[in-house]
Amino acid sequence: MSITEVQFQATSIEDAPAVAIQGRSQWQLTWRRLRNDKVAIASIVVILLMIAFALAAPLIAAAVGHPVDQAYTLKGENSFGNPVGPGTNGFLLGTDYIGRDLLVRIAYGARISLFVGIVTTALATIAGVTLGLVAGYFGGVVDAVLARVFDAALAFPFIVLALALASVFHPSLAIVIGVITFFSWAGISRIVRGQTLSLKEKEYIEAARSLGAGPWRIMFLDILPNVLGPVLVLATLYIPTAVVFEATLSFLGIGIPEPAPSWGNILGEAQSFYAVAWWYVVFPAAALLITTLAFNLLGDGVRDAMDPRTERLFAGVKSERSKKNKRKIGKGIGPDLAQAVLVGEPNVDQSGSATGEEG
Amino acid sequence: MNMVRFLIRRVITGIVVLWVVATGTFFLFFTAIPESAVARNLAGRSASPSVLAETTRYYGLDRPIPVQYWHFLVNLVHGNLGQSFYTQEPVTTIIKQDLPPTVSLVIGAVLLWLIVGLAVGILSATRARSLFDRLATLGVLAGISAPTFVVGELLIITVFVQLNKHGINFIQTGFSPLSQGFVSWLGTLILPWVTLAVVQAAVYTRLSRGSLLDTLGEDYIRTARSKGLSERRVLYRHAVRAAMTPVVSQLGIDIGGLLGGVLVVEQVFSLHGLGYQVVTAISQGDQPVVIGFVIIAAFFVVVANLLVDMSYAALDPRVRIS
Repeated sequence: MSITEVQFQATSIEDAPAVAIQGRSQWQLTWRRLRNDKVAIASIVVILLMIAFALAAPLIAAAVGHPVDQAYTLKGENSFGNPVGPGTNGFLLGTDYIGRDLLVRIAYGARISLFVGIVTTALATIAGVTLGLVAGYFGGVVDAVLARVFDAALAFPFIVLALALASVFHPSLAIVIGVITFFSWAGISRIVRGQTLSLKEKEYIEAARSLGAGPWRIMFLDILPNVLGPVLVLATLYIPTAVVFEATLSFLGIGIPEPAPSWGNILGEAQSFYAVAWWYVVFPAAALLITTLAFNLLGDGVRDAMDPRTERLFAGVKSERSKKNKRKIGKGIGPDLAQAVLVGEPNVDQSGSATGEEG
Repeated sequence: MNMVRFLIRRVITGIVVLWVVATGTFFLFFTAIPESAVARNLAGRSASPSVLAETTRYYGLDRPIPVQYWHFLVNLVHGNLGQSFYTQEPVTTIIKQDLPPTVSLVIGAVLLWLIVGLAVGILSATRARSLFDRLATLGVLAGISAPTFVVGELLIITVFVQLNKHGINFIQTGFSPLSQGFVSWLGTLILPWVTLAVVQAAVYTRLSRGSLLDTLGEDYIRTARSKGLSERRVLYRHAVRAAMTPVVSQLGIDIGGLLGGVLVVEQVFSLHGLGYQVVTAISQGDQPVVIGFVIIAAFFVVVANLLVDMSYAALDPRVRIS
């Protein structure tokens, strides 16, 4: 049994004596609570369906017989050259401005949205966790420098960088992923750094060190498992933010370039057809909203499952005092994308200790 | 005295931030890519060789980078942001022209979301776990999940298109200055305000609810109650005031984030303000305008943060002491 596991059990005995007797790990406990959360389970189902929808995009295209980039100028447009509505001429959700099948484009758009959301979150999490561990564990000059970098990355108006890059280079998937990742990692770093600062003083780290464990071993094998909880919550909540971010950039024409479909650029094209084609806006918007709402609800559910003391939306768990002021809540877009997180771990406060309100 | 020192420090920090942004902008636009590409970016993508040569000389791109950087900073300090390649107008003139719609949009939206967000937040906190609270929480989650431009587009196809279809022309897109009548000004701005405010109001509801719930658990609130003060007085004089600190600091953060929202909302509603201008400038490759926008945007963020810092002291007596 590793030192980490001993510590794990020790904390679970401290935190939840009744359950520790049965010897369940914290992850098992979390999963049990999550399983009983109907809203979270429904969100998982919705997310899986959306992933299936994205994966099945070529199948959908084959089934309806409309390739994604095929413009049907005759049957896909009415006599004024405008898109045709849902159900017309075999277009289940109608067509877009040059007569392409909207259903097929939304399905392919789901691929881009989910891909960008998941890839950027994964990259940001890896970078954020590593830098946070390094800053927190080594402390001193390393920490001082990195903490300033986190602050700078959090304070930078993201849209400005996105605009500048888009105007200097041509918009592309790589730039979109780069920009979103750049604005996501610092928030995770900050949390991980704060947790590491307090964890590295614990006795079990002392013990590991006296057994001759090197700094990297301690960071990744002993400290990392204990910060994964908040990181998981954060990551779940970053995905919808990244999805919205990508959609917004594409909507403005500085994200995913045409003709590749993305929910954002479909909605951007729809701008000229507000009065004549409601489906052009409603269906891609619905896909986007369903996805972000599902991820947000899941993130809330995971946080509640990790820390049952926080207030829940539908369940009747009464908390003595709300933890909500400790959450920084994200909005559609902003320089604080990286702060667009709901943090429910009780000892997260320490993260703000050295970074403070300045900047 | 303390306050003055604090302010001076914040002003200096602000200037440093501006310098960092300007430097970052300079290096991104002028040195991260080859000189010929800079000239091409500045001169437009289809410029002739002679125009390119002229642009290179005009912007001093043939000079060493430190010299260029110095000139860039000197120009900046003199308020010279260069001129648009497309219209040949000075960038400062363009920014001045486009400022009124943006200012109208931002002020109205901020007021709207603060009023709605705080009102719903306070009501939710004082009626914690009631039906109203549950509905508000659900609404907040939906609001936070909704991208700004989706809200805008949905408002357009439901409210704007439907009203105009039925002959009610009150709500219009575009922008009508206040000098041309209050009603038409309101008509062009009401949907943009709502759009920009929806997401933010959700955030502020959540924030003020949580903060107020925490404050209501403090000992001094119990003391106030046990003194026999009315609940109304306890709530508004003691609790709400102290609970506003996190809300104000969030406002400081959000002023920066507002840039993105403004850009999107102006695009959705064809409101010809700064955001609309900069998106157009990007699609035209009009780099001087983009650079100008970046620097002006950073300036407003710095000023807004300064104002927020000042209002802390006014709100929370504890800040004044420490």
